[in-house]
This record gives sequence, structure tokens and C-alpha cells, in this order.
Amino acid sequence: MKFEYTISNLDFSTAGEASSNIKKVLKLLGIDSKIIRRASIAIYEAEINIAIHSYGGKIILYVQENSIKIIALDKGPGINNIDLAMKEGFSTATHEIREMGFGAGMGLPNIKKCSDEFSITSESGKYTRLEIAINI
Amino acid sequence: MKINQLLENKNFKLLNDVPSLDEGITYIRSCDLLSLVMAKGEKGDAWITVQTHSNIVAVASLLEISCIILPESIKPEEDTLIKANENDIPIISTPLDVYKIMKEFSF
Repeated sequence: MKFEYTISNLDFSTAGEASSNIKKVLKLLGIDSKIIRRASIAIYEAEINIAIHSYGGKIILYVQENSIKIIALDKGPGINNIDLAMKEGFSTATHEIREMGFGAGMGLPNIKKCSDEFSITSESGKYTRLEIAINI
Repeated sequence: MKINQLLENKNFKLLNDVPSLDEGITYIRSCDLLSLVMAKGEKGDAWITVQTHSNIVAVASLLEISCIILPESIKPEEDTLIKANENDIPIISTPLDVYKIMKEFSF
């Protein structure tokens, strides 16, 4: 099964819909609640990252027999230093975003903790592509 | 403690319509960083936060948090209440501060 969700810059009213919808689907499929929790957290953080840090993007989900594959692809501006972005507590979010409780620098580390496979590629000024898999 | 038992205390007022208040509260969590709540929050938590935007409902719903408590008479945004109704997340207002809220609970 494939699902696709579009996320716009700074649209926090729809960010969270992909994770919420996929949680319902995984529940209906009878997937273990711990797996559902990991997938929900990873997708939510990826949605928020696109809303906070990018010009917009999309989340593509594949629910396969043995895994849930999540691709978060945005339209830039890209991440200059991925190692730094992976560091817990590091964030480039604005003061206004932090006041809303986002941008604590925990998004990518949270996603990694929830993943069995994790990869991130980015080209400055062009895109960031996050790809993870969670084994079922 | 169940949500309806908490609401017997006049300091706590339910702000939205939810089908059931029979849900048990198993832990109290006070945190305003959404990623930290996402990482640590558990099903059954009562979550105290000063955040009032609608994304708190997304977090609460994903984690199956029992209710959101807004301290010190902080009011939620209208969108937040609408989303909370759609997701059956009780939003509770209280004039109490975090310390006094915590004192109302014993597990």
C-alpha cells in the first residue's frame, strides 16, 4: 500500500495528518502497537521538519509485508551539515517556532531512534531526502 | 484516577465535547517541547502544557494521551478545540499552576 501526503511550509494545522492517518491504517492491519508507535513518531517528526525547515514537501509511505518504508522529500533549502543536524539539541529553528514548542533539535534523533534503517541526503539549495524503514 | 474523577474537583473544567471521560490517567507529564513529549509520552498520560495551538492535539492523539491540561487559566485556540473534538482528546482548563496540579494526583 502506498500513501502520499503534501506538507506546506509553516502549515501546522495539517502537519500531523500523515502520522495520524497511517496510525489508523496500521491499527486496522493489526500491526503491533510498539511498531505503530515508532512509525507514528517518525512520521510526525518528519512532517514537522518539512513544515518548519523547508519550502514544502511530501511524505510517501509504503506499507509492505515486512516493513514500513517512509520517504520525506522536500524542496529545499537543504541541510548544510547533516552530522550537526543529527546532534540532539542542535536546531536552526527560529525563535517563533521554538516558542510553539517545536525546533528543540530532537526531530532527526527521534526519527533515527524509531528506525531500523535510516538515511538522509541533502543538496544545499535543492532538497533533503530522508528515507527510513521500520521492520514489522 | 479517571478523567471524570478529576473533573469532580471544581478547579478543573472540561473545555470540549468528548464521548467518554472514563479513561484512566496513569501518569502526569508537564512539558512544552513537543518533540520531548513525542519521545517520552505514554498512553494514559495527562499532559500539562502551556502550548495552545492545534498541533498539541496531534501529539496527544498519536500517543493516546488521556487528556491535555492547560494550567493557570490559559485558553486554547479555537482550532485546537475543534481538532480535539475530532480526535476525542479532552482539554481541561485549570487556574492552578503546575505544582498545584501535580498535588491533586496520587498514584
